[in-house]
Amino acid sequence: MRVGVIVFPGSNCDADVQWAVEQVGGRAEFVWHQATSLAGFDAVILPGGFSYGDYLRCGAIARFSPIMGEVARFAGEGRPVLGICNGFQILTEAGLLPGVLRRNAGLKFLCRPVHLRVENADTAWTRGLQRGQVLRLPIAHGEGNYYADPEELAELERRGQVVFRYVTNPNGSVNNIAGVCNREGNVVGMMPHPERAVTALLGGEDGRRILGAVLSGEGVRAC
Amino acid sequence: MLSPAEIREQQAWRRMGLRDEEYERIVEILGRDPNYTELGMYAVLWSEHCAYKHTRPLFKLFPTEGEHVLQGPGENAGILDIGDGLGVVFKVESHNHPSAVEPYQGAATGVGGILRDIFTMGARPIAVLDSLRFGELSEPRQRYLFGGVVSGISGYGNCVGVPTVGGEVYFDPSYSGNCLVNVMAVGLVETKHIATARASGVGNPVMVVGSTTGRDGIHGASFASAELSEENEEKRPNVQVGDPFTEKLLIEACLEAIRSGDVVGIQDMGAAGVTSSAAEMATRAGNGIELDIALIPRREEGMTSYEIMLSESQERMLVVPQAGKEEAVREIFARWGLHAVTVGRVTDDGMLRVLENGRVVAEVPARSLSTDGAPTYQPEARPPADLAERQALDLSDLPEPEDYGEMLKALLDSPTLASKEWVYTQYDYQVQTNTVVGPGSDAAVLQVKGTKKGLALTIDGNGRYGYLDPWTGGAAAVCEAARNLVVSGAKPLGVTDGLNFGNPERPEVYWQIKEAIRGIAAACRALGIPVTGGNASLYNETNGEAIHPTPIIGMVGLLPDVAKRCPSTFSRAGQAILLLGETKEELGGSEYLWLRRRTVAGRAPEIDLAREKALLETVASAIERGLIQAAHDVSEGGLLVAVAEMCFGAEVGCGIMVDPPGRLDTYLFSESQGRVLVAVEPEDAPAVAAIADERGVPWTLLGATGGGTLRVMRAGEETAPVVNERVTELKRIWREAIPRRLEGRDRA
Repeated sequence: MRVGVIVFPGSNCDADVQWAVEQVGGRAEFVWHQATSLAGFDAVILPGGFSYGDYLRCGAIARFSPIMGEVARFAGEGRPVLGICNGFQILTEAGLLPGVLRRNAGLKFLCRPVHLRVENADTAWTRGLQRGQVLRLPIAHGEGNYYADPEELAELERRGQVVFRYVTNPNGSVNNIAGVCNREGNVVGMMPHPERAVTALLGGEDGRRILGAVLSGEGVRAC
Repeated sequence: MLSPAEIREQQAWRRMGLRDEEYERIVEILGRDPNYTELGMYAVLWSEHCAYKHTRPLFKLFPTEGEHVLQGPGENAGILDIGDGLGVVFKVESHNHPSAVEPYQGAATGVGGILRDIFTMGARPIAVLDSLRFGELSEPRQRYLFGGVVSGISGYGNCVGVPTVGGEVYFDPSYSGNCLVNVMAVGLVETKHIATARASGVGNPVMVVGSTTGRDGIHGASFASAELSEENEEKRPNVQVGDPFTEKLLIEACLEAIRSGDVVGIQDMGAAGVTSSAAEMATRAGNGIELDIALIPRREEGMTSYEIMLSESQERMLVVPQAGKEEAVREIFARWGLHAVTVGRVTDDGMLRVLENGRVVAEVPARSLSTDGAPTYQPEARPPADLAERQALDLSDLPEPEDYGEMLKALLDSPTLASKEWVYTQYDYQVQTNTVVGPGSDAAVLQVKGTKKGLALTIDGNGRYGYLDPWTGGAAAVCEAARNLVVSGAKPLGVTDGLNFGNPERPEVYWQIKEAIRGIAAACRALGIPVTGGNASLYNETNGEAIHPTPIIGMVGLLPDVAKRCPSTFSRAGQAILLLGETKEELGGSEYLWLRRRTVAGRAPEIDLAREKALLETVASAIERGLIQAAHDVSEGGLLVAVAEMCFGAEVGCGIMVDPPGRLDTYLFSESQGRVLVAVEPEDAPAVAAIADERGVPWTLLGATGGGTLRVMRAGEETAPVVNERVTELKRIWREAIPRRLEGRDRA
């Protein structure tokens, strides 16, 4: 199982994701944003960070990187794509996921652990979880306030595209949404950082099942 | 630009912060009058900020050698050997004046600058800690400065992807006109890839890499070397503007270039930009550098040679590659979207020669610009005339508090003692996935991937002790930092010092500087912890009012096995609580006294370095033997505040029994040094006591953990506790103290 970790200028959780995938028994390699092929990869993760400094709207420039066409094609084939934090923002900007991420309601960057409820355990990245299960994962973002207009939101809810919901809303997201998926369930975006919760030493292991979901069980230690 | 004759006529050096005798010294060095560009170059590099003119003669007091020291003072940062082929690179730096004028950018560029000092050594930055001082939050301007500085650190640090894992914040009116922003950065380097800042190899090219050069920050270093005044606002253009995105790219590109082996020397362009980096690199190698400024990529048109040489545009480095490797280096930087332009070469004549389109516009001996060449001063030092008055404290007219529970709440509600959660939740303290213990504990603990080891990091200082007795202020900062590391389970390895004082030309300030440095040096020697570098920030005054002398100590420690770290809070009921060390009647400089009297008075708490060492050995030995469940340094606020903090983590209460010989308030709120609280399994208490006895460390069995309240009983009056408060309520007050003031809410 090979996971491609897309590196944009300004990505800063790339090495963390690589390390975390290795912790759950997978293999991860960096893919530079100017690359144009994802050949040989079984799954793709867009890591967190501040692509292009996020000086414009988060992810708004990264979506034009050459690799994004290939990410869209990869996703279109139904293969697993995960966007974490800035990666989630990029996927919404690229139109691979619905909605947008706005500035936190408190207008401040917020780094702390939060509790999430799993709403959809049928996506490529949540198969190892149970619906209704509560996870503890860290957030670290200034713009994680999820928004979709009322019609789109109703549609998302109806189709079960809400993957994670905050137990206590930290940032003003509509319907407490922390993560969503595309209609097919192979593309997932989430603001919390599963790669920061893969060992007890770092304060929790709830991220293992998410990063490990696409590793088809092999080498994934039970949590 | 003025001609040399006009410079003389107008005594233009004075406006640049140079003294008359310094100008004459420049004339003597050059054998002629300097031109305007040359004068500007000397003015900035001979500023206090760059040249440490007043403090350099005192640095020789510091112990700088030790078994772990790979790099002591003299390079951009110190390096400590932690085994496994790895070194820890670390240094503290101040950005006080820029932050006082423009808090967001001042603090942000403070982070950027110290990070460059780390990765210029070949190390990947892995952590930032910050030590901040403001006036009281009741003043609107202080709320603005505090909020701006925290946002600036957050905005820059989060974007570059370096976690801010710890720090400290104090609020005191002495910092109202001159806030302090000291930032410590820590990096990890494979020792085989350590880079140096030397322009070695005559004929090697000199490259400018990173961002473009503009007019921002010209004379920033000179501005940092003068007192603040009413004209602060006019200095706003002296403050640099940070671009963390470019810094992130610069980190990756520089580390890649250094690892490629094609780089001979590399130095960041901090204060005084091209001038300082070129002069320092040439001086360290005993060479010269010739460069043509017409080749430097710029962001503005029509810049003069003076402006280019003095620009403090951020995110730039000077790189000396091996001859013939320019293209390879250029390609690495190009891949990260950064400039790398050859602008000159290393020469053998020791001169810093600046050309503009081939014409010489400045030519001075490189060494004369460097810290080696700058003048030093040791002016008169004299204790302040009112020292005896400051140190006098009569408690006879200070009645004991009527309600000790309310007193504890008032202390927990003091922003200096309160939870700093409002601050650190704005920092990404977890990126890089190494943070085992984040902010809010005695020390931050990071794992070192690929090993079992851990690093413990802390930054500490207390300006009030410094005001009452600067020797104690210096020594206490070292001792507290060491305690914070030891209670976390680490062995202290090295120190970086941040010296923050007023105008050294005033005898009482120079006395404070000398005393504080003597105190730091004495404590470092007694505890066996070398100083590997640091920073001095003087002229921290506004309208003639100096800040409290505030020496800050950043310290790095090593845990052989990070799994054996020691927590700082109670984990469960039924554990015994022991106090190691002695509580004396020392309310001088305490937060309690400040809250009761709004005064900083009395004698600073006494430091006994031999006892401090014995205490640290006791704690280290007990942790090593697995006898300690939790350990916490007793510092500001005193014993009862420390006990409360231990309750907050898992919301586990406790009961303690006290039997003070004198007043209860001095026992509970004295800030006596050399004390540590530990929680142990009851059956382990005798073993811990025995370890303490062996080393002559006094110990007291205070009580036990358990219940939902914090209870304090006087011996013999067990049924009538003097404090009986719910832990959740105390914790709420402690967490709310800062946010409620920023939001203008009263204490609920």
